[in-house]
Amino acid sequence: MTGAVDFRPNEDQRDLRRGIRELLAGRFGREALRAAVDGPGRVDRGLWKELGEAGFFALRLPEEEGGVGLGLPEAVLLFEEAGRALLPGPLVATHLAAGAVEGAAEGLTVVTEVSPEGLVPWLDAADVVRGDAAGAVPLRSVDPLTPLHRAPRTGRLSAGAVEAALLTAAEQVGTAAWCTDAAVAHAGRREQFGQVIGGFQAVKHLCAGMLVRTEVARAAVQAAAVTADRVEIAGAKLLADEAAVANARDCLQVHGGMGFTWEADVHLHLKRAWVRAALVLPGAKAAEEVASAL
Amino acid sequence: MDLSYTAEEEEFRARLREWLAAELPGLPPRPDPLDWPGRRAYDCGWQRRLYDAGYGHVHWDASPTQRLIFLEETERAGAPYVGANFVGLLHAGPTIAAEGTPEQRERWLEPVLRGDEVWCQGFSEPDAGSDLASLRTRAVRDGDAYVVTGQKIWTSHAEVADWCELLVRTDPEAPRHRGISWLALRMDAPGVTVRPLRTLAGSTEFAELFLDEVRVPVSHRVGEENDGWRVTMVTLSFERGTAFVGEVVACRRLLGELARTARENGTWDDPALRRRLGALAARFQALWRLTQRNVSEAQATGGVPGTGGSVFKLDYSHARQELYDAAADVLGPDALDLGREWNLDRLSSLSYTIAAGTSQIQRNIVAERILGLPKGR
Repeated sequence: MTGAVDFRPNEDQRDLRRGIRELLAGRFGREALRAAVDGPGRVDRGLWKELGEAGFFALRLPEEEGGVGLGLPEAVLLFEEAGRALLPGPLVATHLAAGAVEGAAEGLTVVTEVSPEGLVPWLDAADVVRGDAAGAVPLRSVDPLTPLHRAPRTGRLSAGAVEAALLTAAEQVGTAAWCTDAAVAHAGRREQFGQVIGGFQAVKHLCAGMLVRTEVARAAVQAAAVTADRVEIAGAKLLADEAAVANARDCLQVHGGMGFTWEADVHLHLKRAWVRAALVLPGAKAAEEVASAL
Repeated sequence: MDLSYTAEEEEFRARLREWLAAELPGLPPRPDPLDWPGRRAYDCGWQRRLYDAGYGHVHWDASPTQRLIFLEETERAGAPYVGANFVGLLHAGPTIAAEGTPEQRERWLEPVLRGDEVWCQGFSEPDAGSDLASLRTRAVRDGDAYVVTGQKIWTSHAEVADWCELLVRTDPEAPRHRGISWLALRMDAPGVTVRPLRTLAGSTEFAELFLDEVRVPVSHRVGEENDGWRVTMVTLSFERGTAFVGEVVACRRLLGELARTARENGTWDDPALRRRLGALAARFQALWRLTQRNVSEAQATGGVPGTGGSVFKLDYSHARQELYDAAADVLGPDALDLGREWNLDRLSSLSYTIAAGTSQIQRNIVAERILGLPKGR
């Protein structure tokens, strides 16, 4: 059936998603993730190049410019996978720089950008900085996988800021989905009072709420990718931020004492969700943007 | 992913829009909410107009996408919703269409579509609410009839209904899901007593139904004897599927009205309230997209709406209550005036997290059937 409203990814889109999921599972599994946590601040250039070869950065460049020639609907599928894997590095900025900054499309150049909120992720590791990072000072970043600098706040939205908000929202959906899966897996395994805790309504209702948030946010992000409407993107970012942060919190809660440890991965998702929420179009601004269209 | 409509679907929309524009000005004034015979006449009159124009079957025969367009356009145009025909068009009718014999379909479907007969739903009992399968209304076979005795509750539109889709226990010895049958009960049969219940909104939206040795012909049973639970699940999945499309469209319209009021009365200058309205707008937009997704999945699988309905209903019912809470903050002291429609709607919305499966039951469904967590308490 062609032409009818169809929310399901088509076969090519599913293949694309499967491809990146397999690439990330092979190249950035749990061991690589924990190694990155133990040796922070470094972009894995080999992986960056592989992402480039897989079309992660050149995805939306026209084919005659050496790109894949696809659009935002495909890009949000890839960024959701990157978010689920907690893939580190300035992925959004490098993706948006493809075609404008030499080597970005191929994964040979690491590009970062000063966010409108005055935050610069990955400043020391990047080859190219877009925006004015003069006088930027390092923060002790809450997220062990995202080094941050603070630059004077411009408040100005760069040309790519709306797309950056959408792709960041897609990463948030990835975190929201990972947290749902991790909570369900733990609740189905952990036994107390002689049964798995996932049989208790107090726990299963937390899990159900996580799925609802994920699905609502995913529908918003995927639709916004199709319409590319500025207000719809702002709304999607707002819902995706809320879903990622709230799901990470609930996932932590379901994990009990384990959830509070450095060893469990859930804190990495929570911290990254906070960073993504603050980096571009944070909650209050997104809400204002949607309200202004009412 | 494709959010565009086919040429035929756009044509369906354009024709419908044109018809609505011509038809709606000729509608009689809406009846008082407490005037039940008036409401029945109004709702059935509207259904008859739909039928005569070729839209009577739209809830059953149209593709899910056409149905989405129908609900979207009728709501946008301010047309009446199904009203007293809710059960006939969206519960009992689809059940009979799916499970009934040719004779049963012939007897019951056409009058529903023409707006001639109204149905109500006799499922819940005083001791069988969320735990519907524990229902105890007894039906004992006596020749070619069942003799039915028991009590039903929360029966919407019972005062003006011709028929009731009734769940009864036909085998008290069987495991509880396997001893239930689905009967069509004539509401004027001897032994049927209706007692209206007053809701917290002050109106009588539903009733209690007392059944004292009511005779129901065996030929009025839909599906096999003791197979009523499965037959009923078909109905419930309709209820939780796309039944809320029009209401999402309505909420987006309400939010626009609310923003206008807030700009007029100055509450828009409060950033916290303004952002709350923005966040609600984002949520209803996402719920609209989720509806489109559920519909396109139903269309693709060719089936009945699935568990996506539970996900939708959970968020929608809470979002709608939050919408009225925000409205109350915009209205200020006027939020205490029942002369304003907002406030009556706010009261009605308190049922949304209870009716058609409470939020707690929906979370069990999501956790057990989608996430695969074990059944338990």
